[in-house]
Amino acid sequence: MEFKTILFYLFSTITVIAALRVITARNPVHAVLFLVLAFFNVAGLWMLLQAEFLSLALVMVYVGAVMVLFLFVVMMLDINIERVRAGFWSNLPLGIVVGGLLASEMAVVLSGKYFGLANLPPQNLPANYSNTKELARVLFTDYAYPFEVASVILLVSIIVAVMLTMRRRKDNKAMHSSDQIAVKAKDRMRIVKMAPEVELPASGGDKA
Amino acid sequence: MISLSHYLILAAILFVISVIGIFLNRKNLIVLLMAIELMLLAVNLNFVAFSHYLNDLSGQLFVFFILVVAAAESGIGLAILVVLFRNLSSIDVEDLDSLKG
Repeated sequence: MEFKTILFYLFSTITVIAALRVITARNPVHAVLFLVLAFFNVAGLWMLLQAEFLSLALVMVYVGAVMVLFLFVVMMLDINIERVRAGFWSNLPLGIVVGGLLASEMAVVLSGKYFGLANLPPQNLPANYSNTKELARVLFTDYAYPFEVASVILLVSIIVAVMLTMRRRKDNKAMHSSDQIAVKAKDRMRIVKMAPEVELPASGGDKA
Repeated sequence: MISLSHYLILAAILFVISVIGIFLNRKNLIVLLMAIELMLLAVNLNFVAFSHYLNDLSGQLFVFFILVVAAAESGIGLAILVVLFRNLSSIDVEDLDSLKG
């Protein structure tokens, strides 16, 4: 057996086991950690498919940022596990029916002779081929507008996350910095016009 | 030799597992979000496999955009979850009945 084949089966077995543990773990923290494991192994599979940029982006962006965000939220919330787990297995038959239906339909498609999927040869790229460079070439030419739309989506999600979770306390005594900046001098200081003081001529005193 | 079908079958297994996960964890909102992440991962695996075997980079570009949208989705979803927990002190889906739907 070829080394890549062994790697494929190793990665895919761990991915499937981790995915099963994600959906059955009692503790949500364990579920997040198994999800991280699944993502790691899928990143390995993508590396086997010579998608190096996406593989590393999955590890760094997804595992490093999104999963850690999940972990933060899970640890912040106080989840009543007993209540959430009540009747956990009661929907399993329905789930298995739906999942089995999906799997069998997919098996019909994948095992049929209609698509010739088995005949597609894997590509053999030269050793100096740079996946990142090629991806960037396509991304910044053909997909330039979708790229900018993606950045707008990220901006919207930043604003939404901040606006949703920000809370203004009523008993907060801090100043509003915008009010402070908007203050004019005439709001704070009143200039009164008045007649100048005239020094009276000295009447007597030090005339010796 | 690993063929395209191997990857597609693996992605199908992952997708089915996450569908069953949605059925099992129908009360726990955070595991529901995780199952959705797993589903997106399965779809991305399909995209990358097709991109490799058909020698077309557009599939990987799609994965790139799906990752962006999935990150935005999970960020907003978790923000909603935090606000929900602050108001209800629970993330049980059955408590989310204030709209009487």
